[in-house]
Amino acid sequence: MSQGDVQQTLSYPIPSEAALEPPEEWGRLRQECPVAKVRLPSGDEATLLTRYDDVKQVLADPRLTRRLTADDAARLTDSESGGVFNSEMSNVIPDRGEEHLRWRRLVGKWFTAKRMAALRPRMAAMAEQLLDEMVERGQPADLKAGLGFPLPVYVICDMLGVPADDRDRFSRWSDMMLTLTRYTGEEASAAQLEFFTYMSELVAAKRAAPGDDLLSELIKESEGEGEGLSDMQLIVTGVGLLVAGHETTANMIGKMVSMLLDDRTRWEELLADPSLVRTAVEEALRFDANAGFGLPRYLPEEVEVGDTVLPRGTTVICNMAAANRDDGAFDDADHMDLRRSPNPHLTFGSGAHSCLGQALARTELQVVLEVLLRRLPTLELAVPTGELRQVDGLVVGGLSEVPVRW
Amino acid sequence: MRVSVEEARCCGAGQCVLLVPEVFDQSVDDGIVVLLDATPPEELHGPVREAAAVCPGGAIDVEET
Repeated sequence: MSQGDVQQTLSYPIPSEAALEPPEEWGRLRQECPVAKVRLPSGDEATLLTRYDDVKQVLADPRLTRRLTADDAARLTDSESGGVFNSEMSNVIPDRGEEHLRWRRLVGKWFTAKRMAALRPRMAAMAEQLLDEMVERGQPADLKAGLGFPLPVYVICDMLGVPADDRDRFSRWSDMMLTLTRYTGEEASAAQLEFFTYMSELVAAKRAAPGDDLLSELIKESEGEGEGLSDMQLIVTGVGLLVAGHETTANMIGKMVSMLLDDRTRWEELLADPSLVRTAVEEALRFDANAGFGLPRYLPEEVEVGDTVLPRGTTVICNMAAANRDDGAFDDADHMDLRRSPNPHLTFGSGAHSCLGQALARTELQVVLEVLLRRLPTLELAVPTGELRQVDGLVVGGLSEVPVRW
Repeated sequence: MRVSVEEARCCGAGQCVLLVPEVFDQSVDDGIVVLLDATPPEELHGPVREAAAVCPGGAIDVEET
C-alpha cells in the first residue's frame, strides 16, 4: 500500500489508550502502510515510518538531518518557535559533514564508555541519597519526582560544572523548553532566554576560571587548536546536552521501573540475578511503547524507502518505538525478555547522528536499577498499571507520576 | 574469527567497549573505536558478535574463519 491509498490522513502523534502499551495502530501501519502520510499538530503533512528496516535506513542516512528550517519542511507545532526541533538554536551546531563530525568528536570524547564507567560511583551515591530522602518522606512515593527527574539533571550539572544550588533552575528550564504543548510559546521562549543568559555567564566564568568539567575542557581544546568552538556553540552545546539528556532519561527511569513492576515476575527475575541489569536496561529501552514523538528528518533530495519513492522536501517522522516492536527484526517483539541479546533497538537512533549521550543514559539507567534492587527489593507499584498517566508533552514520552511503595 | 573496524563509520557510542573491553577501546582524543585484538580468543566470540550486531554505526565487521 502506498501513501495515496490511505483515505483519511492519520493524525500524529497517535494517542495510546494505555500508558505502557503500544497503540494498536502500529501493528496495522507496519503491516499495511509502513510509509504513511500523517498530519502533525501544526496541520502540516509528514510521512511516518514504523518498520525497523525503514526507520534504520533513514536514521543512518548521513544526507538526512533534523534540519527542519527549510522553507518546505513541515512544522511540528503551530507555536511560533516551532518547538525544540525548529528552533534557531538547532542551526548553531553543524549538523552535516566535516564540521558536524568535528563537533561530535570534540564533545563525544566526554561520553566514552570508560568515562561513564568512572562516573558510576558518583551516580550511585547521588541515587542513594535521593532514595534516602524519598524513603524518609514515607510511602507511597512518586519515584519520578523523587529519583527519576532529579538524578539526570544532577549528573549533567556535574558534567557541565554547574553549581549544585542551580540544579533546580536547570531542571525547570529543560522541562519548559522541551514541552511543545504544556506551556505557552511565550513561557517556553522566556525559559529559553533565561537559560541562555545563565549559560552565557557560565561559559564566561569557565573561560576566566576553568574547572574540571566539560565546558572548561572544550574551551581549553579550542585555545589549543586555535579553531575551537565559539561561545555561541559552547552555550548551545550545554543547552543541547541538558535538553537531550534530562527529560529523556528522567522519563525512561520512570517507565523502566514501571515496566519491570507491571509484571512483577520481571522484578523478581532481576532480584534473583542482578547480572541481568545490562540486558534488562536494553530491553526496557526497546520495549518502551511511550517513547514520544520519534525523530523528524528532512529530505533534501529524493529517497527510496521500502518500495516508496519519497520526493525531495518530504519531512519524515521515524518512529523508533514502533520499529522496535517489529516482528521482522525481533523474535517475539511484543514480549519483554530481560535476557534478549543481541538487542539492536533503535531507541538511540542509528549512524552518524545516533545519540551522543547513549553511554551516559545506559550507565544512569543501569546504576538506578542496581541501586533500587539493592535498596528497595520489595518495591511495587502503588496503583494499578491502568491508572498510570502519560505526560502531556509531545517530544518526550513519559509517565506523569510513578507511585510506588516498598 | 577476524575482526575489523571502520573508524569513519564509528559514532562513539561505546557499546563495543562496554561489551568486550578486551577487544575494543575508544580513543581519548575523539571517542572513536580502537581495535585492540583483531583475532580474539574463542571465549570472546559471542560478545564480539553482539558488539557487531548492536553497533549503531555498523562500524564493526566480523569474519568467521
